[in-house]
Parts: sequence; structure tokens; C-alpha cells
Amino acid sequence: MTRLLAAIAVIFTLSVTAPAIAQQPTTVNPTAQSVKEQDLLNALKPGQAVQGRVSIPDANSSNLIAPGNQNWRAVNQGIMHWVGALSIIGMVGGLLLFYMMKGRIKISKGTSGKTLTRFNGFERFTHWLTASTFLVLAASGLNVTFGKFVIQPWLGDAAFGPWSQFAKFCHNYLSFPFMLGVVLMLLIWIKDNIPNGRDVAWFKAGGGLIGDAHPPAARFNGGQKVIFWTVILGGAALTISGLMLLFPFQWTGLEGLQTSNVVHGVVGMVMIAAMLAHIYIGSVGMEGAFDAMGSGEVDLNWAKEHHSLWVEDELKKRAGVPTGGKPMAAE
Amino acid sequence: MARMKFLCDADRCIECNACVTACKNEHEVPWGINRRRVVTINDGKPGERSISMACMHCTDAPCAAVCPVNCFYTTDDGVVLHSKDLCIGCGYCFYACPFGAPQYPKTANFGSRGKMDKCTYCAGGPEADNSKEEYEKYGSNRLAEGKLPLCAEMCSTKSLLAGDGAMIETIYKERVMKRGYGSGAWGWKTAYKQGINV
Repeated sequence: MTRLLAAIAVIFTLSVTAPAIAQQPTTVNPTAQSVKEQDLLNALKPGQAVQGRVSIPDANSSNLIAPGNQNWRAVNQGIMHWVGALSIIGMVGGLLLFYMMKGRIKISKGTSGKTLTRFNGFERFTHWLTASTFLVLAASGLNVTFGKFVIQPWLGDAAFGPWSQFAKFCHNYLSFPFMLGVVLMLLIWIKDNIPNGRDVAWFKAGGGLIGDAHPPAARFNGGQKVIFWTVILGGAALTISGLMLLFPFQWTGLEGLQTSNVVHGVVGMVMIAAMLAHIYIGSVGMEGAFDAMGSGEVDLNWAKEHHSLWVEDELKKRAGVPTGGKPMAAE
Repeated sequence: MARMKFLCDADRCIECNACVTACKNEHEVPWGINRRRVVTINDGKPGERSISMACMHCTDAPCAAVCPVNCFYTTDDGVVLHSKDLCIGCGYCFYACPFGAPQYPKTANFGSRGKMDKCTYCAGGPEADNSKEEYEKYGSNRLAEGKLPLCAEMCSTKSLLAGDGAMIETIYKERVMKRGYGSGAWGWKTAYKQGINV
């Protein structure tokens, strides 16, 4: 009897539920609205990443796939190597060629024995602060770009690792005195480095480099002004891009860091090439030039040949004649 | 030799984050560093999908190409590993990586990067397999013990697959054929220059 009742109950239940099952769709497609990787990749604009939500605080980790990062790889391992190698090797080659053709530029009248103060102690301190830190920054910077091709095979992994780590720390810490040096240079020398018509004439006359003319120049000639503005503007570009890289993700995102890296590398290597020329002409390239930044005292004949207008002003100053501005009333 | 790969079947991932937890615990990964993470696309909307992502151990790895000290190397199993003795924490690998895999402890000057840390595919580093030094720097070396990465091994829905690329590709293809849908082998085109066509 109980079996019969159970059978009736089962038949009853089936007869009630069966039509409900029949009404359900026979195939369900749970992926009809789902995101597909290929669609997301196709919709990506340059510099964008496939993004989502993460439950960890690190905002960068919400970028799932960023195929555009490969563009930075191509520039960092392509154009940057070429810009660096060509500008530096090109400059070294050019200077060698110049030296072979022109030789050392001599003081044509010979040394006079009399000297004139060209740069005071603070000016020389500023110069050498910037110069010495720049040399370390340049060497450690080049190590990052070219070290793995040039030094690592020769030094071996065991030594190259700690050396590069040391170089990186030097680069990070010495950037601050370098930045200070650039700011000081701007303050103490900008008044003598405003470009004017005399610089155009100086360049037209070959600047004393091409030919043997000595076009008149004030405290800084056209070439020195170019070096000054290269250091100031290049230094500013290196400072801004360098601070971005030194404090990652403080002021900019990943794309900004990639751009900063390229700017820092390219400007840095062009600066190195420019400074090679500056070092050449300030040392072996020209007799009497190094004294300006060495002792600060330059030979009078050297000064007359290269900075004729400046010498005139200095000699007037010595004689007590006011060189400019309003004459002082005798009170 | 196998070519080890990861494959996250997003149609199975339930965003439980157990892979993340397992990884952190297995390798004693410090605070602030995530070798693996789960990203949810279209969160809260119909058709949302979660993907567990870590280092994909790329073919022609971008990190290795840009590293200034050549600290990366690829094992016979196709696993991309690195040496923390060589790494200088410059951050270039993070700029180049399409998956945000490299992580840095904030131990260096100005609170910036220390030596890089990333997923090792549970395969340690250059030190002797399962040595104390290797464990301290890179975590455990399960591959040397004949085991697969823990994240994939303990995935409760078997969404995250690890193993020989050809084998996990077959498993994924069979799944897609059987159920009739698949949102794709996430990251494969970018990492291996090859998708999975079903």
C-alpha cells in the first residue's frame, strides 16, 4: 500500500514539474556577454593597457596586459644605443681629426708673464663641482647603457654586479650636487651669456677655430655661450627626467617613466659628446686655456687674443674707470 | 624538455585569490610584493572575467632584453629566472614587461627600488637547488622536486594551468570544445607570439 502511494506521489510530482523543465532554454550560453581577450587587445589605443580591478593596494597591478611596453623596449635597445654610440664616437673622431689638422692652438704672441684673474674661487668651485659630478654621472650612466656590451664580458658577472650597483648609487646620490652646480652656474654666469650680435660675427669669423682670425669677444665668446646653454638646458632636461626616475611613480605613471628614460639617455649622451669638445679645447686643444679654471689666472696675451673686449673692461676697472652704468656722483 | 607556460582559463576563475595566497606563503614573499595577482575585467558587469596573472615566462623576454646587467636567464624548461646578485634595481624590466610582473622592495635610497623580485615558476634561482640561499632570495624550488607551481596545483576550479605549453594548450582546447566557449588564453599572444585557436 505504501509502495503504491509512493509511486503515485512520484508520478504526480513529475507531471507537475515536467512542463516547467520543458520551458527552460535547452542551451545556455554563459559566455554570450563575456569579455574576450582578443576584443580587448583590438580596442587598445597606443600606450593603453588591458585594465581591471585588483584587491591589492598597488595601483600598477591593475594593468593586466600592456603590449605597448614593447615600443619602449625597441627605443631603449635601439635608437638610444645608436644616438649614444654615434654622438660619442663621432665626437672623439672629429676631435682627433681636428687635432691632427690644426694641432694645438698656441698663443700667437707667446706668454706675456702678466696675468689677469678670469675666474674667482667661487666660480672655479662651481665649475669643478659640476664637472667632477658630471664625469661620475656620465661614466655610471654609460655603464647602464653600454656596460653589458663593453665591460661585463671583460669583468665577468661576479664583479660587474657589485660594480654596477655601486655605480647606480653614485649616480643617484651625486645627481644632487650636480643639480646644485647647474643652478649656481646659471646664477653666476647668465649675465655674461646672453646671446647678442657679436656672437653671430664671432661664428661667421670661424671663432678662431677655423682659420687664424681672433674675432672680438667679451667675457664669453659665442662658442662658450653655446656650451653654457647646452649645460643649462641639457642640465634642466636631465634634472627633470632624472627626478622622475629617481622617485618612480611619484609624479608620473609608467608611460611618463618610459619617456623620462629616453629623454634622460639621449640628452645625457649628447651632453657627454658636447663636454668632450669642451674638455678638449680647455686642455690639450688650446695653450693657456686651462689656467682659467685651474689657477683662475690667465695670461694677458691669451686673454687679449680670445676675449679682447673683456680685457679692455678689466684693465679699465683696474685703472679705476667706471665701465658702465651711471657715473657716481662725488659726494 | 618541456616548455613551461601558464594558462588562466578565465571562464573558470572565481577570483578566490587562493593562488595569490599560496604563492605568498610558499615563498615567504614580503609585504608589498605580489608575484601573482587576480585582475577582474568589467567588474560587477554582466560577462565580467577574472584572470590570475604573474610572470608569463615570455619567449624572447622583454625584461631580459632591456636589463643593463644581463641578470636574466632562461632555463631548459623555458622558465625566465634572474640573479639577485646581479640585479641593481634600476626598474627597466618593469618598464618593458607587458604583465607588470617585476616587483621591487622599497629598501633602496629615497624609498625607491631594491633588488627585483618576481614569479620564479616555483623554480628558484641560480643558487644550488633548494639550498638555504636560494630559498631566502627566491623562495622554494618545487620544479627541482618534480612538482609544478603551487598556484596552479592548488587552484580549486583548475582555472590556472601550469605545465608543458603543448599539454595545457590541449587541455584548454578540449574544455572549449566541450563547453562551447572560451574567452581566450590571456596573455599568450603577447608573451609567446602565439594564441590558441579553437
